[in-house]
Amino acid sequence: MALPQVKLDATEARLSGLTLPEGGWSAAARADAVARVRAMGLPHARDEYWKYTKPNTLVDAEVPSAALFASDEAPAFGERDRLKIVFVDGVFDAEQSDDLALEGIQIDRLAEASDIHWAKDLYGVLETKGQDPVERPLAALNTAFATDGVLIHVQSSPSKPINLIYRHGQETSDAILHHVIKVDAGAEVTVLENGPAAARFNKCMEVDIADTGKLHHIRLQGRDHERRAATHIFARLGTESVFKSFTLTVNGQLTRNECVIELTGDDAVAHVAGACMGDGSFHHDDTVFITHDAQNCESRQVFKKVLRNGATGVFQGKILVKPDAQKTDGYQISQSLLLDDDSQFLAKPELEIYADDVACSHGSTSGAIDDDALFYLRARGVPLEIAQDLMVIAFIAEAVQEVEDESLQEEIVGRVEGWLARRRG
Amino acid sequence: MLEIKNLHVKLEEEDKQILKGVDLTVEPGKVHAIMGPNGSGKSTLSYVLSGKDGYEVTDGEASLLGEDILDMEPEERAAAGLFLAFQYPVEIPGVGNMTFLRTAVNSQRKSRGEEEMSAADFLKEVRAKAKTLKIDADMLKRPVNVGFSGGEKKRNEILQMAMLEPKMCILDETDSGLDVDAMKLVSDGVNALRDEGRSFLVITHYQRLLDHIKPDVVHIMANGRIIKTGGPELALEVEQNGYADLLEENA
Repeated sequence: MALPQVKLDATEARLSGLTLPEGGWSAAARADAVARVRAMGLPHARDEYWKYTKPNTLVDAEVPSAALFASDEAPAFGERDRLKIVFVDGVFDAEQSDDLALEGIQIDRLAEASDIHWAKDLYGVLETKGQDPVERPLAALNTAFATDGVLIHVQSSPSKPINLIYRHGQETSDAILHHVIKVDAGAEVTVLENGPAAARFNKCMEVDIADTGKLHHIRLQGRDHERRAATHIFARLGTESVFKSFTLTVNGQLTRNECVIELTGDDAVAHVAGACMGDGSFHHDDTVFITHDAQNCESRQVFKKVLRNGATGVFQGKILVKPDAQKTDGYQISQSLLLDDDSQFLAKPELEIYADDVACSHGSTSGAIDDDALFYLRARGVPLEIAQDLMVIAFIAEAVQEVEDESLQEEIVGRVEGWLARRRG
Repeated sequence: MLEIKNLHVKLEEEDKQILKGVDLTVEPGKVHAIMGPNGSGKSTLSYVLSGKDGYEVTDGEASLLGEDILDMEPEERAAAGLFLAFQYPVEIPGVGNMTFLRTAVNSQRKSRGEEEMSAADFLKEVRAKAKTLKIDADMLKRPVNVGFSGGEKKRNEILQMAMLEPKMCILDETDSGLDVDAMKLVSDGVNALRDEGRSFLVITHYQRLLDHIKPDVVHIMANGRIIKTGGPELALEVEQNGYADLLEENA
């Protein structure tokens, strides 16, 4: 079917401003991705999947500028032993990064990886698979034009987490990063991400977890106000493997985090969770699609959004249970805490189930802080603002608890407390 | 300690007068009880004194240790020494009991210009006080009142009272939902806090709580007013004859 002219024009305008990187081993995947982008067209406001989030600033040929943000906070994850990999405006920075050597793990730069590379079997492959049944053109665009990224092969469990750190250097930077992570059988790794990446950021992460492998992913987005970001995670899970991802988002004019997970081996576990704190000109979209294609797998989606001063939160979450995926245990909850009447939460929870022996539940709520609880706290001497903050922390607790490591939970809560305290001035 | 003069209160949302001129003075170190039939305004009195939204004071005044409290925020009243033990303690999922208690203790101290309690001192004190109320470590760790039985909730109220060391304690039907053993436990907790610098206002339907927490003065409240005041024998009289005679006297 031919694309509408507006879509065609917008897509070609965007493509004409981009240069296809020198290919090497990824050339075929990139060429294929360009063709797919042309065929599907970039997202448009009239697309059903973009009903609640305006995609234009993510698509426009011209990059909306974003002021650099100087944080007064201690760097995230700064207290822990980790392997730092730093990107500035989407370009790997060797000087700020650690030596990429770590026992049990092989790390290569996408822009430099040799011609015969293990990632050839994955780069763009999971992304392509994730285009069905819903098209994700920004991810295909990413596969085609990503200028950098890391290829991480986890062969056995490394002694410390990998920390991908993003830094924003120029007001109109337009970064496209693509990471590939392959976790071998029995290996376990933690990947941390943080930092303002660019004025506009398009990031794709393909994750392949072999049988009994484990990946913990913890991401902090913020506090740069003016950025726009579209991110995708495509994960494929083998038998008895575990994938747990948590994202804390504070501020940001526009953030769309998509997560596409396929449970392909029996007894696999996938948890995707997020908490976001929005104030004013803030639009945050979590779009999740989990496919159960094996037996006895467990998936959880836990999303909490705290919104004030006209902020908008969006959740589109789907659980698809294929006919043979018996004994599926699926859970999905999306909730918003609206701190005033100007903010809004738009949710589209979906279940599509073709197996007959499954337990799937979902729920979505919007509400204000419970007045009775607030009075109870105040009657014990807790000042109004602190009582409100306690209620906010309580509200996001279920999502934060999806992070297994307690010290990371504490760090996340600490960041949120800082955000709340700064709001009080 | 607590002085209430000619207090008139109506519901904000509807034009309904609940308190129609309450006069009450609780002296330091004394235990006053308020009894009365349903709908007489007892719980409203406790809410208005502690600062809950939804009520409008149309006339009269209330002061704690000489300070007008009706214009204060609820947290300011608490810091000034007022404590309400709730008839229905609120469950707050996600807020840990210990976090809540420590935040409350230190908020009050801070607002009074006192030094905050260290984590170690707090822990030591809360453990000791919890033990006498038979509150176990698990209850302390759980979210505030979540999954607590009726008796556990009331014991938790008394633990908060013990930790916050208020000057004026209002107990709103603390006996409701308690079995005999729990009532004794809660009463023992309250009695342990009796002190010449601390006063109590015990709101109850039944005389049996007053067997455990012996009042100095008993008031009967009906139709938004205190209609009779006497000694402990007044509670016994109500127990035997009900409120009908008293109401008739005042009709």
